[in-house]
Amino acid sequence: MTVNQELVGRVFPPTEPYLVGREKIREFARAVFATSAIHTDVATAREAGYSDLVAPPTFPVVVQELTLHQLLAEPDAGIDFTRVVHGDQRFSFTRPIVAGDELTATLSIASIKSLGGHSMVTAESAIVDAGGGHVVTATSTLVVRGDE
Amino acid sequence: MSVYDGSALEVGQVVAEEEYALSRDSLVRYAGASGDFNPIHYRDDVAQSVGLPGVLAHGMLTMGLAVQPVVEWIGDPGRVVDYQVRFTRPVPVDANSGALVSVVAKVGALDDGVARIDLTVTFEGATVLGKAQVRVSLA
Repeated sequence: MTVNQELVGRVFPPTEPYLVGREKIREFARAVFATSAIHTDVATAREAGYSDLVAPPTFPVVVQELTLHQLLAEPDAGIDFTRVVHGDQRFSFTRPIVAGDELTATLSIASIKSLGGHSMVTAESAIVDAGGGHVVTATSTLVVRGDE
Repeated sequence: MSVYDGSALEVGQVVAEEEYALSRDSLVRYAGASGDFNPIHYRDDVAQSVGLPGVLAHGMLTMGLAVQPVVEWIGDPGRVVDYQVRFTRPVPVDANSGALVSVVAKVGALDDGVARIDLTVTFEGATVLGKAQVRVSLA
């Protein structure tokens, strides 16, 4: 099975809206050893100028994950999940995610490169709020190992 | 609440250092919080069946904790405007002794109100994240 080069440039349908909850932010913050009270205490977050709790910098992965499922489920993608290794990850923010945000992610495939029998798939998930404003783009490079 | 003084920063300066003791409990907690239930992060038999030494930490857990010393230093998670890493080496987490991950955060570049903080993230002396860079707004 090889990765379908025709995926490059493909834009997937937007995901269902994801409502960011306070308890989810608190749970995620604890899981990544975050200590800032801006993740857990509403009054502290408001004093810092935010409307509600702020999510940790890697929280967008929770929303991005929904788009990566779309990619792996794409019938003609040719991506065998058991051969996928996470190569790179990047989050580029316009603003931080806060509790109460309703986020929608749109996946596009930026590039597919071959390297020593492996395929490097770069997937960009643009995450916007309910008003359509950009919040963060999550970019993953997935390394799909070739047949041995 | 912020502890930095942008004008006093210098390239090469270490702004934060921290060590994180990961246990299998940490991995289960991260699996639940993130929704990543890949069994290589909690079952040795499954990890070994795909050629791994044993259960590994989620790469995204390592990425998620490695930025925390920077957030503590800058005092506000909303100042992180960009964060990238390359996953270069896995972190095996022993069922009994766990794994100790070390993070050193150093100023890599200063440019127009944004500091690029370069992270060195190691386990047993070896680097586990490459090109780990956090851009924080100083404005």
